[in-house]
Amino acid sequence: MPKPNEKQLQMILEDMVVARTQAGRLWNLQRQGQVGTIAPIDGHEAAIVGAVHALETESDWVLPQYREPLGLRKYGPEVLDTFMLYNLGHPAGGHIPEPVKVAPSQISLGASIPHAVGLAWGMSLKDESGVVLVFFGDGASSEGDFYEAGNLAGVLKAPVIFLCINNQWAISTPTHLQTAADSFASKAEAFGIPGLTVDGNDPASVYEAVSEARNRATSGKGPTLIEATVYRLGAHTTADDPTRYVPSEDLSDAQKKDPVHTLIHEMKERNLWSDAKQSEVETAALERIDEAFEKAKNTPLSANSLMDHCFTSDTERQSRQRSFLMHSIGESNE
Amino acid sequence: MSEKVSELSMLEAINETLHSEMARDERIVVLGEDVGRNGGVFRATEGLIEKFGENRVVDTPISEAAIAGSAVGLAMAGLVPVAEIQFLGFSYQAMHQIAGQIARLRYRTQSRFEPQITIRAPFGGGVRTPELHSDSLEAQFANIPGLKIVLPATASDAKGLLTSAIRDPDPVLFLEPLRGYRGIRDLVPDEEHAIPLGEANLVKKGDDIVIISWSYQVELSKRVAESLEEDGVSVAVLDLRSIVPLDVEALTQIVAHCGRAVVVQEAPETGGFASEIIATINDECFWSLEAPVARVSGFDVPYPVGMLENLYVPDEARIRAAVLKTMEEE
Repeated sequence: MPKPNEKQLQMILEDMVVARTQAGRLWNLQRQGQVGTIAPIDGHEAAIVGAVHALETESDWVLPQYREPLGLRKYGPEVLDTFMLYNLGHPAGGHIPEPVKVAPSQISLGASIPHAVGLAWGMSLKDESGVVLVFFGDGASSEGDFYEAGNLAGVLKAPVIFLCINNQWAISTPTHLQTAADSFASKAEAFGIPGLTVDGNDPASVYEAVSEARNRATSGKGPTLIEATVYRLGAHTTADDPTRYVPSEDLSDAQKKDPVHTLIHEMKERNLWSDAKQSEVETAALERIDEAFEKAKNTPLSANSLMDHCFTSDTERQSRQRSFLMHSIGESNE
Repeated sequence: MSEKVSELSMLEAINETLHSEMARDERIVVLGEDVGRNGGVFRATEGLIEKFGENRVVDTPISEAAIAGSAVGLAMAGLVPVAEIQFLGFSYQAMHQIAGQIARLRYRTQSRFEPQITIRAPFGGGVRTPELHSDSLEAQFANIPGLKIVLPATASDAKGLLTSAIRDPDPVLFLEPLRGYRGIRDLVPDEEHAIPLGEANLVKKGDDIVIISWSYQVELSKRVAESLEEDGVSVAVLDLRSIVPLDVEALTQIVAHCGRAVVVQEAPETGGFASEIIATINDECFWSLEAPVARVSGFDVPYPVGMLENLYVPDEARIRAAVLKTMEEE
């Protein structure tokens, strides 16, 4: 199994620290009323970053659910820039520019899973070399889309990686109310594809599993379902109060396995990380998100964009509505 | 010089169009249940798998959501999926992908992803199908911004509109009347034939009243209009061809010309697209009306079982009665 080397582990840890640091800033911005609802990444960093580092950004697609964007730094600065627009509620927040192979956040749970299968299938029809990795959670695995898409992918041998991040909670619903199966990975059996469970707090394990799945996919052997088990250390979203349902002892146990702290400790032991490096990465991460936030806030917004991009061109009725809209706010619709 | 034509059923016209479009554009992938080896349960996709191979003509598992959902991914990969939902009533099982994903893909990604997707589905009654095979759901889809909804009424239009639907960069729901598959036959151009989406067709001129309809109900409306000519009533028939985009200009012109109108749909009355047509008439040409616009619809009950079907589906008698009543209004 391909393991990340020391250099890769350093890059993985850096991305994890960046994600955790920026998540804190984002939480504060939300509390100040400056951005909309946020789903914190805390506790998911190793699973997301470890997976993404096993991909080739030039050829492989990532279809996120909605908790992942801060962990996708490897795909380039456009992901964060676009994510900040998204958090502001700017329409450009849905358009990650070409050629970045990342789809925007998907609010409908599990709905991107069939997209991933279609995209992977299309890529193989076109003899393109990459794979598609789609993120979803333990809760989303109960959706029909997961079963329909998993089944189709198995039949087509589509080069897709299903990455189920099991963070133990679907908002307030624990996994034993989500499924009676032994694991989420075991559902792969019904699709006729391999399924495995990995420790999602250990980025090296996730990296290895995704690398292996990627090898399978690119050699024509089809999809893999990976369940990465983690613990959601924060709230479901900024609108959620987990103290209503998360047992405090469970949370404190999970905090002892915090993936970011664990890897920092391990890497320091191996002299691959230092407090100085830590503080340098954190400072740069904050500067970067503040810069992205400022850039997003200064991105022009035309009222026309309310009507743009529904169809390639307005229908007669949309055209009338656009004129009405622009007239009502005293602007030209040119 | 007249172009060459052949008399085809609507089904044959659809099949021929799929063949010619797939030959023209190698990005096209046909997917759906039984579309390959079986050639479709109605044979609309007959011969495609033999000609274009199983990479481009794909028998999918029974999973409407995955058919619609994977079409999104195929489009993201730069292919042009032409998906079949075996019966429109089964589209409920794909509704979250059609309404929540396909229709909004361009908007929510600001055109980063382009949903050049056609979904074909047969619908409509009159052939005593099992439950959920006959429902007319077009108005439900019309309330979803981002979907074009095309409903041919002739074989020739089926070719012309399906050609345009497949080539359209926006997602198109292409609805084929079950009764029309073999019941409608007309002259279809042999050569390439593309009718722009959003252009209604005034299939019969008239001066006293206009019947406005789409899909198979156009056929019934034409018969009613012709029979009323013998009674001295000059009845126009407007085939909308697509309800999104809606040809407001053609609609307004003919209603203003006649001053009286009847809208015919097979769907239930409440919330049907006929209501939208009447609201549009109200907006655009209310003062040219000489009588309230009438509706002929199915009833506000689920689509019934076979023995009740003839009572449910609007027929010539109901259309005729609505026309005569509207003619009597002062």
